[in-house]
Amino acid sequence: MATSTQLPPGPSGTSSQRAIGWVRKNLFNSWFNSVLTILAIAFVVWIVPPIFEWAFVKATLTPSIEACRAVSGACWGFVNANLRLIIFGVYPYDEQWRPLLAMVILLGIIIASLASVKYPRLQKLVLPMWGLGIPAIAILMWGGILGLTYVQNSSWGGLPLTLILSTIGVVFAFPLGLLLALGRQSHMPAIKTISVVYIEVIRGVPLITVLFMASVMFPLFLPEGVSIDKLLRAQIGIILFTAAYLAEVFRGGLQAVPRGQFEAGDSLGLSYWQSMRLIILPQALRLVIPPTVNSFISMFKDTTLVVIIGLFDLLGGVKLALRSDPAWTKYYVEGYLFAAAIFFLICYSMARYSAYLEKELRKGERR
Amino acid sequence: MSKTQQAPGGVRSKGLADYLNDENVRAVIYQIIAIGLVILAGWYLVSNTLDNLERQNISTGFGFLDLEASFGISESMIDYTPKSTYATALLVGLLNTVKVAFLGIVLCTIIGTIFGIARLSSNWIVRKLAAIYVETFRNIPVLLQLFFWYAIIPGAFPAARNALEPIPDVLMTNRGIYIPVPVADNAYEFMGIAAILALIIIYFVKKWADKRLDATGQPFPIVWASVGIFAGLVLVAYLAGGAPTAMDIPELKGFNIRGGYNISPEFLAVLIGLTVYTSTYVAEVVRSGIEAVPSGQWEAADSLGLKRSVSLRKIILPQSMRVAIPPLTNQYLNLTKNSSLAVAVGYPDLVSVSNTTMNQTGQAIEAISIYMAVYLGLSLITSLFMNWFNNKMALVER
Repeated sequence: MATSTQLPPGPSGTSSQRAIGWVRKNLFNSWFNSVLTILAIAFVVWIVPPIFEWAFVKATLTPSIEACRAVSGACWGFVNANLRLIIFGVYPYDEQWRPLLAMVILLGIIIASLASVKYPRLQKLVLPMWGLGIPAIAILMWGGILGLTYVQNSSWGGLPLTLILSTIGVVFAFPLGLLLALGRQSHMPAIKTISVVYIEVIRGVPLITVLFMASVMFPLFLPEGVSIDKLLRAQIGIILFTAAYLAEVFRGGLQAVPRGQFEAGDSLGLSYWQSMRLIILPQALRLVIPPTVNSFISMFKDTTLVVIIGLFDLLGGVKLALRSDPAWTKYYVEGYLFAAAIFFLICYSMARYSAYLEKELRKGERR
Repeated sequence: MSKTQQAPGGVRSKGLADYLNDENVRAVIYQIIAIGLVILAGWYLVSNTLDNLERQNISTGFGFLDLEASFGISESMIDYTPKSTYATALLVGLLNTVKVAFLGIVLCTIIGTIFGIARLSSNWIVRKLAAIYVETFRNIPVLLQLFFWYAIIPGAFPAARNALEPIPDVLMTNRGIYIPVPVADNAYEFMGIAAILALIIIYFVKKWADKRLDATGQPFPIVWASVGIFAGLVLVAYLAGGAPTAMDIPELKGFNIRGGYNISPEFLAVLIGLTVYTSTYVAEVVRSGIEAVPSGQWEAADSLGLKRSVSLRKIILPQSMRVAIPPLTNQYLNLTKNSSLAVAVGYPDLVSVSNTTMNQTGQAIEAISIYMAVYLGLSLITSLFMNWFNNKMALVER
């Protein structure tokens, strides 16, 4: 048969023979696949060289508008010239080492927390790290003590804001989500109803409506004279929103713990909270680490929505830079690509790690 | 033991402590506390809100819906002028949301399925290209993608004067794509009715064909019969309506294009952004759905001597659908909810129109409640429909 895929058995043959064998097996094993391969190669040849040329060969990194006008490729000079505006927003220029340090601390804690799943020695450090890290970040960002000048949170922006909003969102939503998940599993009808209604209502509406509610309706909810600023309102909206999603993640974990474990707890005479704390949650939470990381990833991406209610996160930073000088306005492609690359790097690496963890955690089940 | 476990015959009377230790009594107390807290919080928020509204002289209620909206909406599926009421404006927004969400769902299903299958291809280069597509677009925020498409689309096409015409009478400009549409005629209404009628007939024919297949084992070419019934009835309705041929063709008048149907850049940006983003998730759902079917099923189909296309259609897909439907529902709901991001690029969806309404009337609570209720309703309807569909597809075990 013409489409036979018989290969020389085993790793015998020279490397070129093996390469030909690989090509035949993976690219030309049937007439349909051969056509697909040729089409795909044609597509790659058609699309990659022009993009490569645009992005690297004919591009410039020189941070001046003249240099950009002189080249026909990408104007990375726009990003280069506005890098600090994009990354840090309108945070006072001389103080920008503070959000940078805060960002490094935050990323460090996140990485350490994620790594602790693999390296149990780190596990004892996770809670203290968050306990110390969050106040440290708050001090760095706000200042006002330790000789740091006070910076209003209306001038926070850029990547640190994106990271803070999403991380604080998930960290504070964690306990609330856990309570909601337990409430949903409860035998008490009233508590179950309250939890179910909360979870389903929040999950049924888009985040942007929650953010609009936070920015427009929260001020109406508060008594006269009390006001909280826009950033905090958005943060509360994000926490309330994330909690509903985390609750469903936790519910999945709780349901995966076999009934026998609950019954074992009962038969030891443990109270509800004791058996939860000592038996159920350690097992359930271990199972939900990968989906929790996934929730964090989607929260990280969704934080960009605060642009719509007038905060300047990383995406907002790009928009600020584009508006900073009319000459730059036409280089939006470069700006958006730069922001997209940062989001991609962070989200993709976390997603890969989460997928890896999922495999690792399942190892115990395989015999 | 202080715990009285329903002592037979009431050996000793229960004290207060016994009641407090009774699990059922405790449950009631906890629930009363929980409800009390919720009511208290609700009352606190409501009373604050009423105070604030009174102080700001904002009246509550939905009376504003009957007032004249007096703002324009760039695109509308129904008749709308600034003289229409706020209620009409909100309806226009809702229809725009439904339009973009519906098309997005259809397109992302098609594209997602293609890429999901491509990721499982035995062809290395196809597999890798599909993986690059999926991993790239799912790890970039959808809002960023919307901004990107919205920035790129007007720049990619020339001004109206030099409009591109890739297909005769289809004009592509920086103000969107103009396509010719038939001039309204009664015949098209007849065709709509005929199409619905055809679907009903097809439903009964399919039922009859299934019954006959079960009873006699004789297959009936249901696909061709359906196509025939549908096309035949619609064609008859078209001819009966007088076979109108008048078309509303877009053409350049001065500096602008008149006539035809305009697909605006805003709509395109939202549609492309939502479709591309969601299709990556659909691709993953499809892939895991197919992977969830044990390879023994393929082998069983092979050993029955079925063709690969038949075994895919009759054996593999029905089983993977079962796995894929719940997460697919979630993705459709996500797309519908994400369509609210249209507000960021100026596509007049429900949220965008509501916000304009809110800014003009000051009725923040009412406007936000309306769109939250609508999204909640859409979510509920979708999940009810999908639950019904899921039950229908579910494995019937004896």
